[in-house]
Amino acid sequence: MPEAPPPIKATKKMKELMAGHFLGLDQAAREGRPKVAWCTSVGPAELLHAMGFAVYYPENHGALLGATRMATEVIPTANAAGYSPDICSYLTADVGAFLKGVTPLTQAYGIASVPKADVLVFNTNQCRDVEDWFAFYARHWNAPIVGVRSHRGLGAVQDHHVADIVAQFKDMIPTLERVSGNKFDIDRLRETVRLSKECTLRWRRVLELAARTPSPMTFFDHTIHMAPAVVLRGLPEAVEYYDLLLAEMDQRIAQGIAAVPGERHRLYWEGMPVWGRLRMLSDLLSEGRAAVVASTYCNSWIFDAFDERDPFDSMARAYLELFIVRDDEYKERYIHQWVERFGVKGVIFHDAKTCPNNSNNRYAMPQRLARSLGLSTLVLNGDLNDLRLFSDEQAKTNLEAFVEQMEELAA
Amino acid sequence: MKLAAGIDIGAAATKAAVLDPLGRLLGGAVLRTGVDFGLAGARALDEALAQAEARSEDLAAVFACGYGRKNVSLATETRTEIAAHAAAAYHFFPRALTVIDIGGQDNKIIKVNDQGQRTDFKMNRKCAAGTGAFLEEMALRLDLPLERLNSLAREAEDEARLGAFCTVFTATEVLGKIREGAPLSALVKGLFRSVIKRVLEMDSIAGAVVMTGGVVAHNPYLVEMMAQELEREVLTPPQPQLAGAIGAALLALRSREQAR
Ligand code: SF4
Repeated sequence: MPEAPPPIKATKKMKELMAGHFLGLDQAAREGRPKVAWCTSVGPAELLHAMGFAVYYPENHGALLGATRMATEVIPTANAAGYSPDICSYLTADVGAFLKGVTPLTQAYGIASVPKADVLVFNTNQCRDVEDWFAFYARHWNAPIVGVRSHRGLGAVQDHHVADIVAQFKDMIPTLERVSGNKFDIDRLRETVRLSKECTLRWRRVLELAARTPSPMTFFDHTIHMAPAVVLRGLPEAVEYYDLLLAEMDQRIAQGIAAVPGERHRLYWEGMPVWGRLRMLSDLLSEGRAAVVASTYCNSWIFDAFDERDPFDSMARAYLELFIVRDDEYKERYIHQWVERFGVKGVIFHDAKTCPNNSNNRYAMPQRLARSLGLSTLVLNGDLNDLRLFSDEQAKTNLEAFVEQMEELAA
Repeated sequence: MKLAAGIDIGAAATKAAVLDPLGRLLGGAVLRTGVDFGLAGARALDEALAQAEARSEDLAAVFACGYGRKNVSLATETRTEIAAHAAAAYHFFPRALTVIDIGGQDNKIIKVNDQGQRTDFKMNRKCAAGTGAFLEEMALRLDLPLERLNSLAREAEDEARLGAFCTVFTATEVLGKIREGAPLSALVKGLFRSVIKRVLEMDSIAGAVVMTGGVVAHNPYLVEMMAQELEREVLTPPQPQLAGAIGAALLALRSREQAR
C-alpha cells in the first residue's frame, strides 16, 4: 500500500477557529451580550450577523454528536420523550443530549452546555424537522422563534418565489431588532453578504480542486474543512481560512500529493455523511484506492447567487437555488454535471433512514442515473447519526464489492 | 500440478473448495462456522483437500470470501462473496445472468453481463427477513427439523398467506394460522413464498436466473417455486452451497493466470 498523504496543516488553524467560535458563543450566552441567535444551516445567517447576533448552528452540534458517537447514546432519551426514532437524528440526538444535560462541547472545549438561545431562526428549505427542533427550545426557554417557510421541490427558481422569501425575511426584522437591541442597517447586511460571497467563492474553489486527478482532497476531508463555511460564513475569518487552505492545496498539487495514494477509482457521494463512521468509510475506500471526489452534501454551502448590491433578493435566491430545495429533474442534471466534470465512475447513495430530505435514492434515481450515464451506483443503508441503523459489516461488504465491481468494469 | 482453493466463511456455515487448473471441482467441504472463523476455515480446507487427495503444498493460491474473510490467515487474498458467487455462476452458465444467493444471514442479487463482469448488486438491508436465519427461526417455532421443510412444502396442497415482513411478527401470524387449523405443509409453503417475496422485492431480474447458497441446496423446492413465480427457468450450479467457495477458487485461478 502506498504511503498515506501527510496531514493537512491548515487543520490546526481550523481547530482554533472552531474553539473561538464555541467559546465566544458560550461567553455571549453567559454574559447576555451579544445576543445569541440559533440558526439552521441555511437560515438567514447574513441577516443575523448584520444585526449583531452571535450565531449558533444546532445542525453543526448534531454533527458533533454524531462524529463523537454520543448521538446513539442520547437518541433514545429523545425517543422516550416522544420524538420518533424515524425523524431527523440531528434533532433526536440534540434534544436527547439536552434532556440528559450532556454535550460534546464539554470534552472539546470545557463548555458546560449549548448556548441558550435569545431567538431561534429557521428556514424550512431543507425540511420541516428544523422548525419542530427549534420549537422544542423555544418552548423550553420561552424564546421567540421566527423563520422562513420555504418553497420546496422547485424546478426553476422564479421571481415570485424570491419575492415571497424576501417578504418573510423582512417580517423577521422587528423581532430581531427587539431581541438584539440593534436597528437594522442595510449597509451592514451588504457587508455580511459580501463576506459570505467571498467565503462561498473560496469554498467552491476548494471543492473544485478535487476535479484534478489524482485529487488532493476527498469528501472525507471536505466534511472536516467545511466547518468554517458552515459556522463562520458572513465573517472575515472564514475567508482568511480558505485562503490558507487553498494555498496549501496548491502546494500539494504542485508536489503531486494525492489524498488517496495510487488513486484508481473516482466516486461521488450523494446524501448525508455517516458522521460516526467517517474514518471507517474513508479507510475502506482508500484501501480500494477509491477517492470520493465530490458530494452533494459539501456542495450545499456553495451559494453562487449572493450579491451585496441586492442583499435580500440574492440571499433568497441563494437559499432557493440549493440542491435540496429542487425537483428530481434538476437534481439529476446537477449530479450529471458534477460526475462528468470530476471524471466520476460510481455514485454512492447514502439512504439515511432518518433524513428522507437528503436521501435521493428513494424514487429510483440511482437506476435512472446508472442508465443515462452508464455509471455504477450503490445504495448504502444507514443514517447520519443513529448508528443503530447502520451495520458495519453490511457497509464493508457493500463498499468492497462496489470497488471490486468498478475494478472489473475498468479491466 | 498447482491447484487453487476458495474458502467461504459465512455467518452460519464455512465452505471450502479445491479446484484443478481448469476449474474442475476436486474436493469440497461444508462445516458450521462456530465462533472461531480461522479454525473453521482451516478445517474446511483440510477436509476439501483430503477429498481432493491433495496437500496444502499443492495449492498455488487460496482466496477467502464471506463474512469472516479477513480472519483466515491461510488465505493469500480476499474477495467479497458477491464477487465469488458471480464468478461461480458465470463459470457454470456463461451468459448474462441474475444471481440470487440466499445465505444464512443475507441475500444478494447480483447482475452479471455476458462478459462475466458484474454490473450491479444488492444485498438485503440490515434485517435478516427472507434469509436462511428466517427459515431456521420458523422451523424452531414450528418444532420441525430443518430437513423436513423441503418435503413438507413440496407436498402442500394449500399455501398459507403470510404478510408480515418482520420475522417475529411472521411467527405471530403463523400462530394465528395454526389456531385457524392450517396444515403444517401449507404453513411451510407460505414461509417459502415469503422468502421468495423478500428476495424479489430487492431488485429487478434480467437475463438467465441462477440461484446459489446453502438454503437452496437444502430446499430445492424453493428453486421450483421461484421458477413458477418468475415464469422462467431457474438454474442452479452443482452443489449450490459451495458456490461462494468455488467462486473464490476461480478468482484465485484467474489472478494466477493474470499474474503470468
Ligand atoms: S435536512 Fe435532514 S438531517 Fe438536516 S435537519 Fe432536516 S431532517 Fe435533519
